[in-house]
Amino acid sequence: MSEEAQLLPVLEGHSADFYGFCKQGELRFQRCTDCSAWRHVPRELCAECGSWAWEWALSSGKGRVFTFTVVGRALHPAFAEAVPYAPTVVEMEEGVRLLSRVEGVAPDALEIGLPVQVDFDPVTDEISLPIFRPAPD
Amino acid sequence: MTTQACIVGIGETEYCRKPGSGLSQLGIQLRAASAAIAEAGLAPSEIDGIMPFPNLGRAEEFAANLGCENLRYAATIHMGGAAPAASLQAAAAAVNAGMANYVLLPAGWNGYSGPRVRQTVSQDVSSIPGGAIARDYYLPFGFTAPPQWYSVLARRHMHEFGTRSEHLGAIALAMRKHAQLNPKAVMNGKTMTLDDYMASPMLADPYRFFDCCLETDGAAAVVVTSAERARDLATRPVRILSAACGQPYPADEITNRKDIFRTGLTIAAPEAFGKAGLTPSDVDFAMIYDCFTFELLQQLEEVGFCKRGEGGPFVEGGRIELGGELPVNTHGGLLSEAHVLGMSHIVEAVRQLRGDLGERQVPNAQVGVVTGWGDFGDGSIALLAR
Repeated sequence: MSEEAQLLPVLEGHSADFYGFCKQGELRFQRCTDCSAWRHVPRELCAECGSWAWEWALSSGKGRVFTFTVVGRALHPAFAEAVPYAPTVVEMEEGVRLLSRVEGVAPDALEIGLPVQVDFDPVTDEISLPIFRPAPD
Repeated sequence: MTTQACIVGIGETEYCRKPGSGLSQLGIQLRAASAAIAEAGLAPSEIDGIMPFPNLGRAEEFAANLGCENLRYAATIHMGGAAPAASLQAAAAAVNAGMANYVLLPAGWNGYSGPRVRQTVSQDVSSIPGGAIARDYYLPFGFTAPPQWYSVLARRHMHEFGTRSEHLGAIALAMRKHAQLNPKAVMNGKTMTLDDYMASPMLADPYRFFDCCLETDGAAAVVVTSAERARDLATRPVRILSAACGQPYPADEITNRKDIFRTGLTIAAPEAFGKAGLTPSDVDFAMIYDCFTFELLQQLEEVGFCKRGEGGPFVEGGRIELGGELPVNTHGGLLSEAHVLGMSHIVEAVRQLRGDLGERQVPNAQVGVVTGWGDFGDGSIALLAR
């Protein structure tokens, strides 16, 4: 995968914060400091209670595979060498879901419900992506 | 309240892949638009409303090319493939409110010879659903294209309800079978078996190659007016009994929905049936936006033709084929006719209700449903009647 072909997040506003924490090895999500609702992706206010007050709260990093696909033919050149790979929706203990991938499991061995634990993949000097590995027993 | 607007003109271009239309994106749509206006027996100067498909043209350029010198109403419903049926709702409201007399709905593109949808991301991130959300949280993980976005819904449905690949295959086969009765269909003359379907390569498991719609060049258009004006025109009007649209929540992010199967259509369908005073059992046929097989299955459930989770068994045994209980996409749909962004679904519904479809005519068709699906699950529905 060449550097310029990579699809990387743009670090601005909330995404700069989210990925900044990932760079430090922390998975944090917005959490309303009034009603305590967790949310992802980042938003400007709490859709549950309307509060503008929130914090970047530390996730346990634990979740389960909610659903996934196995890409057999890349539809973007940046992923041509990556097939087969499995974009995976992970449901965190906190209730929020995020799109990621699970390493350490062959795509054809992935299962809905698999317990997973966050890890971080430093794809550039600035950016680490939150990825997952099967949770230790 | 039932809307009394009518569809009074339809137009289509040829549908093709190689070597391509040889026309510009605007040019191909103008041909379909011009045909629809002429079929209605109207002069272009009488078209005073135009609703272009999102990102595929501006009302100004349609008007300037066609000679619509009295344009009053110009709007676009930004719901991707749900736009055409949603635009029927807006057009009906516009003619009923006197905002326009005759509204043109064009759609079309060089989906084969021009830029491919599957490559959208590499060309313009801002044009994909979710925008910066997709850019920052999906694309870095290779979640880049529609079959991938929707396949995670299909897998979850399989997990929760036992839906199987054979069910998706039954949909692909039904569309292909219908295309054999449609000389315009790109897949006319190319039959398919379940073995062919199962052997096609996995693109985004559980989506195989044959679960995915075609990429084609083509355009279609319709003209909407009031029931009163429709009486004076050349064609047999098809009534828009009701139309509605809706969005999933959140609409800009596909993974964090409390109920992952609640889409725009979940909201829109009860509204449309309620306004028309009908139920799904009153419907003679359905034109369902079939970008992928599972999206068709899911829309059958959310329209209410069967309960959620029962879509798999519902599509078995020829039920959605001509001669079955609910013929679906008698033209072959996006899967086997051509990808005309949902506008060809409206055109086919009009033809069914006019009763002039020959060997693919649904006998005594009185009421039909057309749906649209777009972006991350926006939905639309129109109930049409002869």
